Amino acid sequence: MSWEALWLSVKLASLTSVLLLLLGIPLAHWITTSRWRWKFLVEAVVALPIVLPPTVLGFYLLVAFGPRSPLGSAYEGIVGTTLPFTFGGLLVASILYSLPFAVQPLATAFSGVSPRLVENSWVLGESRRRTFFRIVLPLSKQGIMTAFILSFAHTLGEFGVVLMIGGNIPGVTRTLSIDLYDQVQALNHRAAAETAFFLLLLSFFFLSIVTYLNRNQRRVNDGTDR
Amino acid sequence: MMELTVDLQYLLSKGGALQVRFSVPLDAPRIVVLFGPSGSGKSTLLHCIAGLLHPAQGEIRYGETIWFDAARRISLPPQRRPAGLLFQDYLLFPHLTVQENIAYGLRRWNRAERDQAARRWIDRFHLTGKENRLPLSLSGGEQQRVALARTLAPRPRLLLLDEPFSALDLRTRARVREEVRQWVREERAVTLLVTHDLVDAMTLGDDLIILSEGAMLQQGPPLEVFSRPATPEVARIAGVENLLPAHVVESSAGRVVLAVGKGRLIAVGELSRGERCLVAAPFSRLFVSIRAEEVILERGEPAQSSARNRLTGVVQELIPVGAQVRVVVDCGFPLTALVTRQAVEELALQAGAEITAVIKASSVHLIPG
Repeated sequence: MSWEALWLSVKLASLTSVLLLLLGIPLAHWITTSRWRWKFLVEAVVALPIVLPPTVLGFYLLVAFGPRSPLGSAYEGIVGTTLPFTFGGLLVASILYSLPFAVQPLATAFSGVSPRLVENSWVLGESRRRTFFRIVLPLSKQGIMTAFILSFAHTLGEFGVVLMIGGNIPGVTRTLSIDLYDQVQALNHRAAAETAFFLLLLSFFFLSIVTYLNRNQRRVNDGTDR
Repeated sequence: MMELTVDLQYLLSKGGALQVRFSVPLDAPRIVVLFGPSGSGKSTLLHCIAGLLHPAQGEIRYGETIWFDAARRISLPPQRRPAGLLFQDYLLFPHLTVQENIAYGLRRWNRAERDQAARRWIDRFHLTGKENRLPLSLSGGEQQRVALARTLAPRPRLLLLDEPFSALDLRTRARVREEVRQWVREERAVTLLVTHDLVDAMTLGDDLIILSEGAMLQQGPPLEVFSRPATPEVARIAGVENLLPAHVVESSAGRVVLAVGKGRLIAVGELSRGERCLVAAPFSRLFVSIRAEEVILERGEPAQSSARNRLTGVVQELIPVGAQVRVVVDCGFPLTALVTRQAVEELALQAGAEITAVIKASSVHLIPG
């Protein structure tokens, strides 16, 4: 197992998960509170990566961030490099690819907070925004943890998008799952078995935590809300 | 004079509408009780006033301030209405301690003031030693007191209480009831209190509004509403045990003779204008309402007088109700009396026994049919 690939995977997954929380919390809040009639379309777009072949997403990202696209040339103008085949490109792709894994647990958690607790906060004089920070967010702690862990685990295991947008550059874009693929290609079955088993254990560990958290969530939300 | 004026129509999701119109003077502390069976729209009304629900029509004004006006599309958000709402099921914030819950509405106060105020409420509501507990670990009565303290702490000018005592046992209920009354007086706040409990209504209300299926049926001082209900429906809601169809046999100044079933009853006293119209025409149909507490049972010879109705009858049924017994007597019509257990023994009351029922003529109240 390559330590370089492991380090890259962990770095990518951590950054992706943190940025996804910052992006996902306002997005999930909007989804749970908005009454816009076309909201379902936004929800569908957010959920798209679940069913979309990763290569399709990767392809469009390549097109969107290519040097000839306005988005790509704007990025190049600011950062100095193009997005594809860099760590930055990998990060953008990972965020989009794991978006539903962050937004959906968050939205579920937010909508699980009794709207009457929220109304009670309004009557006590707190604005909608402050109510969100004082009531909804703390009561969604488990949902936030779940969102973080799921995006982390999902990013760790992504393959198609990484290959499409990042390629296979050691230390820059070669993550664990790409490394595993290389090992199999090189008929290095011993190393492949190690990497595969490690990824399996890690995924199992994360999912156990998520399941455990969600078991406790039900108990907490029973609260004083009869 | 400053007044809270409520005149609104709210379409209920189960069909029908809540339609109310009343005003409450704001110059003195006062408790207005909204009384009625469940599903009559009482809670909905409080939510409209708090700003959580938007009526289809009408307006809500607090003194000079417009809180809601459907025609002008004005609706002040709940945060900007100086009203405190105590929800029926308390809704304490489960992740905050007792002290944090109580201080929740005081964020804009400085820290020292906030802590001091919270401490005062903790002492006042006997929560000392529990300030760092989470709501889930409190008893029902304690949760109720925390919720009440949290509502009162920001010093709302208008207090909206939705069934505040419904989850309390009888003894706690009496004590908390007294505390609420005292608080309203001390803070000089005007309170709207929703209840379907007769004792709450009688003991707390300065003013009483009877609501049923979204409609306001009667408004007045509780004693008057309960002893002189304006319609048979109010009498039923107010728990009047004797509500009997009757018609007028004769009427002279301030004295009316009524035929009730096979018996006769005399009603006297200050008649309201409605009552005077009613009895003007002989044989007009109406209802007689008599509270069971006003019926006295005794042994002895019946003799009519203008001040008392004395009726002989046969005991039909004895129904124990707590410390008292409800006695149904057939005296040409079924008449229910409420007497003590002691009286049942002394009068040797049992089914089939003969007994005399005495009702003051002024306790016989007439309702249009």
